[in-house]
Amino acid sequence: MTSLEHAEQPAGSVKLMEQYFAASSIRFIKKTFYIVEIELRKLRHDPTELFTRALQPVLWMLIFGEVFAQIRAIPTGTIGYLDFMAPGILAQSVLFVSIFYGIAIIWERDLGIVHKFLVSPTPRAALVLGKAISAGVRGLSQAIIIYILSFILGVNLNWSAEALGGILIFVFLGSALFSTFSLIIACIVKTRERFMGIGQILTMPLFFASNAIYPISIMPSWLKFLAHGNPLTYVVDALRGLMLAESTAVYGLTADFFILTAVTTLLVFIGSRLYPNVVV
Amino acid sequence: MNEIVLSIQKLTKQFGDITVVNNLSLAIPHGEVFGLIGSNGAGKTTTIKMLTTLLKPTSGTAFIAGFDILKHPADVRRSIGYVPQLLSADGSLTGYENLLIFAKLYDIPRSERKKRIDEAFSLMDLTDAKDRFVKNYSGGMIRRLEIAQAVLHKPSVLFLDEPTVGLDPVARQSVWNQIELLKEGGTTIILTTHYMEEADFLCTRIAILNKGILVVEGIPDELKASLKKKNATLDDVFSHYAEGIIETGGTFRDISRTRRTASRLG
Repeated sequence: MTSLEHAEQPAGSVKLMEQYFAASSIRFIKKTFYIVEIELRKLRHDPTELFTRALQPVLWMLIFGEVFAQIRAIPTGTIGYLDFMAPGILAQSVLFVSIFYGIAIIWERDLGIVHKFLVSPTPRAALVLGKAISAGVRGLSQAIIIYILSFILGVNLNWSAEALGGILIFVFLGSALFSTFSLIIACIVKTRERFMGIGQILTMPLFFASNAIYPISIMPSWLKFLAHGNPLTYVVDALRGLMLAESTAVYGLTADFFILTAVTTLLVFIGSRLYPNVVV
Repeated sequence: MNEIVLSIQKLTKQFGDITVVNNLSLAIPHGEVFGLIGSNGAGKTTTIKMLTTLLKPTSGTAFIAGFDILKHPADVRRSIGYVPQLLSADGSLTGYENLLIFAKLYDIPRSERKKRIDEAFSLMDLTDAKDRFVKNYSGGMIRRLEIAQAVLHKPSVLFLDEPTVGLDPVARQSVWNQIELLKEGGTTIILTTHYMEEADFLCTRIAILNKGILVVEGIPDELKASLKKKNATLDDVFSHYAEGIIETGGTFRDISRTRRTASRLG
């Protein structure tokens, strides 16, 4: 054997490894989107859910928003309260839709659907990520409805393509983050009754200990600390910067993006470890 | 004897202090319809969950189509089909969509998908219903759809966990007929049941489990003959070997699960 052959061998195996990883990543992405496809097919068959879910944010904007805009109790700087609140309500509806996603997981477990997916040759992470992206699709419909409503109510919106694209990304990220968080809780508590209790306990602080409907600057310092650890704060921050014509993200869009991506990745990792336990 | 496709080796599962499956060993050759028989709580479903990689054994292992369930779970998943005890087809999708998603998840090439799905529908006698929503299917139809879904990728071993629990006699017969067809086609099937009639009708060999322990294993007719009782049925075999366990079987959870399945079937 010549030295040349020696040199080629490792190079060949590296290439094989690369091909193997490329093939398995493509398979992983494909499988993730097959899981999303299920959700899309269901929504196509019955889209009414998208509209009923939009009712709650509409009521917040119309009732809470209109009242607080009148009394000017909350310091929102140069922008009006309705303007300030609109991105917060979008983030809120993303949170509310996603945080109860775990109920669907428990429901699917009770029906035996989860069992069949876990027995199929689908990577656990693809199952969890597919669910997260499905939640993003739902979140997206909320964004469209809130954008239209904000326009009607006279919010000074940013209509540039960059802004709309950015909103799409952050609504997806927020939905993926909170739905995966919800999935993790479902895998731990395992019953619908316990989940409902915990879901309600979590929603309240996640929403109010954030910058969604008032600025963090008016909070006492201990609550400020909590609000900075709350992922919703960064969703709101990015959405506020993107949605409104006269506002910028306080923490910067890049920082918001990396914080949310990092947390989502971590949650998907934990979720794919815990997901198989839901059937035990 | 045919090649062994499923080899269970000293499989054990404990939940806390309770041993649900105790040192179970079995060898199942290709083409067999093997029945795991036992009352509620005998360890049938736990055994199936371990074999289908849903549950990690406390000790022991099993090989399916040559793959170790502990070391190569991904290869095992490719080699098996599984119909869980609960009715698990997705009601808000059509029959066709239910099969299509699984054809994709099992990496069946695009060019073959339609052909395989149509074959599965015709084998399970569901061709006319394939574009209907599954929520409008009857219980027997849902079961047959699930079996179709589980055999799309031509698995080496098909697991059926209580395939006819909660079904009415007509639906039960329809499911039995389709299982017969799979049997004639040479599919190796492992099924659990607590209906002796079902085991007698479908199984080429059975094993009776009691509190996780293998009590007896054999061919139904031979087991019946061994009783030295005229016209003995499999019920007699079961009571003979499982004396005293019928009364104690069935935790609340098992029974409520069976009821839930039954009530979904309406």
